[in-house]
Amino acid sequence: MQVTSDFQGRCREALNDPQIRRNFRFAMDGLMSKRRASLGDEDEREGLRARCAAIRANALARLPDLLEQLERNCTENGIRVHWAETVQEANRIVLDIVRGHHARRLIKGKSMVSEEMGLNHFLEGQGIECLESDLGEYIVQLAGETPSHIIAPAIHKNRQEVAELFRRKFPDIPFQEDPEALARSARRILREKFEQAEIGLSGVNFAVAETGTLCLVENEGNGRMCTTVPPVHIAVTGIEKVVERLGDIPPLLDLLVRSATGQHISTYFNMISSPRREGERDGPREVHLLLLDNGRSRIHRDAQLIDTLRCIRCGACMNHCPVYGRIGGHAYGSTIPGPIGSVVEPQKEGLARFGELPTASTLCGACAEVCPVRIPR
Amino acid sequence: MKQDRHYPERPDKVYFFGTCLVDLLYPEAGIAAMELLRREGVGVIFPHGQTCCGQPAWNAGYREQARQVARAQLRCFARDYPIVVPSGSCAGMMHLHYPELFRDTPEQAQAEALAARVYELTEFLVHVLKIRLTDLGPPTRVALHTSCSARRGMGVAAEHEGLIGQLGNVELVEPQRKEECCGFGGTFALKHPDISTEMVSEKARLIAETGVRELVSGDCGCLMNIAGRLGHQGSGIRGRHIASFLWERTHASDE
Ligand code: SF4
Repeated sequence: MQVTSDFQGRCREALNDPQIRRNFRFAMDGLMSKRRASLGDEDEREGLRARCAAIRANALARLPDLLEQLERNCTENGIRVHWAETVQEANRIVLDIVRGHHARRLIKGKSMVSEEMGLNHFLEGQGIECLESDLGEYIVQLAGETPSHIIAPAIHKNRQEVAELFRRKFPDIPFQEDPEALARSARRILREKFEQAEIGLSGVNFAVAETGTLCLVENEGNGRMCTTVPPVHIAVTGIEKVVERLGDIPPLLDLLVRSATGQHISTYFNMISSPRREGERDGPREVHLLLLDNGRSRIHRDAQLIDTLRCIRCGACMNHCPVYGRIGGHAYGSTIPGPIGSVVEPQKEGLARFGELPTASTLCGACAEVCPVRIPR
Repeated sequence: MKQDRHYPERPDKVYFFGTCLVDLLYPEAGIAAMELLRREGVGVIFPHGQTCCGQPAWNAGYREQARQVARAQLRCFARDYPIVVPSGSCAGMMHLHYPELFRDTPEQAQAEALAARVYELTEFLVHVLKIRLTDLGPPTRVALHTSCSARRGMGVAAEHEGLIGQLGNVELVEPQRKEECCGFGGTFALKHPDISTEMVSEKARLIAETGVRELVSGDCGCLMNIAGRLGHQGSGIRGRHIASFLWERTHASDE
């Protein structure tokens, strides 16, 4: 008899949970058909994929130069740039900024790098409130869970489960199952928090070296609130997120959004190029950019693995993976689940912890077929 | 990718690479494939030293072991004939992955040359032999499962469908989620039997829901997996390799 590993145990648990299976199937079917509808034309799609893969490959080929250029241009724009080799260093840098402002409340937009850092847990241990403001992340935080998908963190829950969670957490709010009403309740609670938070934290989708611009793609407007309402904004991202030119952004944004949700454009697209300037009436007084390595330069040096750093975190590989669709994101036990997580996480966190993940693939190639930046080549 | 592939003129002779699973489980499919080729006037050479394409070791990351297995094929298929393979998965291994497998080894050039001569069976029938089939069988409905390596690796899903489409009395029925993997995946089924079973159960159920009596596939791994599950579910659906199916429907038997 083979001994069942933790991973296999979690898989079995998910497979035996019909609710989880239904939730994922339903959600993944929706995301797949939306992507298909928005990328129907093969020539256009393949042309865009080739272009985006080339943009990302070029950025990685020139990574050290571009990072220096990014630092120079950000600094010139008044953005303070920090480098962190490890997640411990990264957490420490955030904490120092928070402490430097005697801040007690931080509000966050969606950021997978902050998940990688375990930032919420770390800051809470230091007595600092760390509140998620993306609706999905907020739900996951209320439930004491972790994201199960990189763009739709609470996709493992259906609306009844969310309603039930709100009833438990907010007994004063009348019970409701209507998603819009639930979102309204969350918005009301979060608005207040935005006004109180001393620090806003966000991720970064693309950092443009040529101009020192931080690009943030989102749908809820909470990202814009996080980066404009509190007096201090901290952007955290991995060093691989840099691209060379501003002109690289339109194709990347276009394909990212269509691959991720099948939208033609996201509801919000933020380009952050400096703190509030003289005479401006809003925006943070201070902007920090934290660039995290955490194993990325090691992956970058490996000729076989470097392509995995092209990833623009669209989630399409998860949406189309027949294994992910059945076991869900939590079974992987890693920050990033699904096909790209199975390749990247063992590199970052070690084979001892995640060496089994790559075997959870039938090699069916559904991920490669949809990846906007053609991973694998 | 197949779209850019340049196909040769019809050759006098071809090599046939039988594959392990055809040899072990579906030998009649290998024979049927060779009959189809011969009927088109092509001589078929079946080198007896042939073994396995090396895919199990390659997929599991054991490159040196995979090379050891693959070397036998470099030797057996040394002459300049096209190599026809009745499997998207083994054809894909040889056509798409041998160049990478032998990169920076003394056999690199030989492996590249061999890879360029490898054709999946339906691809060869359609593009090189431009085969025209005449259906002699009774009316029937079948479901087709195109393997992931045939569909996404070799890019020959349309060739599978096109050949069945040439059969006048056969209605090709599309199960739901036909593009989705059946959950076999070689060592995947052994390492993650729970997930694999879940996948194939759904695949089998969706095929059974179409009400067909026959399932056809160009890959024996999927066939074994899905037909096994169908049998388990008591559906009575028969699974056959596409070569057997095409040959039986178009072959005037003397009986
Ligand atoms: S690997 Fe490709 S498909 Fe998967 S999240 Fe990254 S960019 Fe998207």
